[in-house]
Amino acid sequence: MASPSQSGNGSGTNWTPDQPMVSIKDVHKSFGDLEVLKGVSLDVMKGECICIIGPSGSGKSTLIRCVNALNDIQQGSILVEGLEVNDPNLDKLELRKKVGMVFQQYNLFPHKTAIENIMMAPITVLKQDKDEVAEHANSLIKKVRLEGKENSYPGELSGGQQQRVAIARSLAMSPDVMLFDEVTAALDPETVKEVLNTIQELAEEGMTCILVTHEMGFAREVANHIYFTDFGLIVEHGAPATFFDDAKDPRTKEFLSQIL
Amino acid sequence: MELFGDYFKQLYDTSGWNFVIFYDQVEWQRFVEAIWTTIKLIIACLIFSLIVGFVGAWAQGAQSKIVRNVIAGYIQFFRNTPPFVQILFFYFVLGNLTPSYDAGGYQEAYIGSFGWAVISLGFFAGAFNTEIFRSGIEAVPESTVEAASALGYTRLQSYIHVVFPLAFRVCLPALNNNLVNLLKTTTLAYGIAVPEMMYTANQIWSDNVNVPEMMIVLFFFYVGLVAILVYGMSRWERSMKIPGYG
Repeated sequence: MASPSQSGNGSGTNWTPDQPMVSIKDVHKSFGDLEVLKGVSLDVMKGECICIIGPSGSGKSTLIRCVNALNDIQQGSILVEGLEVNDPNLDKLELRKKVGMVFQQYNLFPHKTAIENIMMAPITVLKQDKDEVAEHANSLIKKVRLEGKENSYPGELSGGQQQRVAIARSLAMSPDVMLFDEVTAALDPETVKEVLNTIQELAEEGMTCILVTHEMGFAREVANHIYFTDFGLIVEHGAPATFFDDAKDPRTKEFLSQIL
Repeated sequence: MELFGDYFKQLYDTSGWNFVIFYDQVEWQRFVEAIWTTIKLIIACLIFSLIVGFVGAWAQGAQSKIVRNVIAGYIQFFRNTPPFVQILFFYFVLGNLTPSYDAGGYQEAYIGSFGWAVISLGFFAGAFNTEIFRSGIEAVPESTVEAASALGYTRLQSYIHVVFPLAFRVCLPALNNNLVNLLKTTTLAYGIAVPEMMYTANQIWSDNVNVPEMMIVLFFFYVGLVAILVYGMSRWERSMKIPGYG
């Protein structure tokens, strides 16, 4: 059994670090008659941090939810370290060991304390040793700067604190990729920063991150690459400097002019 | 105890109210045994019905349509027929079909009247518990369940560790009602001669012709039992309260 600090590999696929860690190719996704993704492709290399921005309803949240199979796709391919997500026989546990996810509404387990929230999945899902998990959980509590809040219930924590517990909970599974779905959208302006700092530290430590965000300043500072989506397609993408200062597509320009 | 018995003996002599169980040693013994049988019956039915509800509510959300239909049929059957008919059916029909052993000259069923009372009343209340738990499960936000599956929980793991503990708290008031009802419905075991309180009271008043007195005892006995159950449940509810939630 892998110790909690090691990341979960050994999936049996022949993925190597010089290939994209997450490779999305021509993904189509519909909810009933509504086509939300109309052929999206993007690659994320190990250690990269990418931001997906775009207007509401453009499919950005749907896209990252497809990466860990919370939504299924109709067409195309999503490879996570060589593991095909669009496969009816997909081993979801194998995928979810690789991919951590943080949600807009935190979605903590309200009947468990902060530390229990962090410890639950490694014990239940990965069957790891309780003492080792506790040690790892305590180091994660320190990492997200919540010392002293271990035994608080989610209802006793502020939004920003809850979101940092949610990040720690996800990290406890030692994922290789982290997905952040508008994680600061439900927070007060003052607490946004504490959560963004945590994510920035993660990215700087080399965690592969895919963020859906409206925090343009943050995207510019932290991301290696920005993708702009509209109506289910990637309209434009590029390195932050080029993207923000020298957007080519009129839709991108319009979006940026409204938001910046 | 002596004084207590003397009082009721005197009450009988002076007023004619015959609380025979309080001064006659033999009847007192019968009464005490009935108390224990009733309590054992209630505890067994409560536990069995909760297990049925827990499993039923889980199976209601199964992928398989067959499983869901079986549960729906089970609920319809037990909700739409009288519990007394169910008890009689279980004991006299199913009881005849289940294996028995030779108990020295006659056949003794492996499952006796007590067993059948627990099974039939457990399934009866379990049908309601299933629906009660379902109402709680539906109150658990989909996003919380999603968070569990994003962490790699299987459907069963998420049910045991996340969904059910939250659902249970939501549906406790409704569950209380049903368990109180179940407690009172155990008196129907009288119909298949389980020596619980109702049955014993009937025997005592048949022997002593003191129907009104035993009726009064019955009322006080069940009022007391329900009070204990309700007290226990509300203590439990308070102990499970989540700080800062709901």
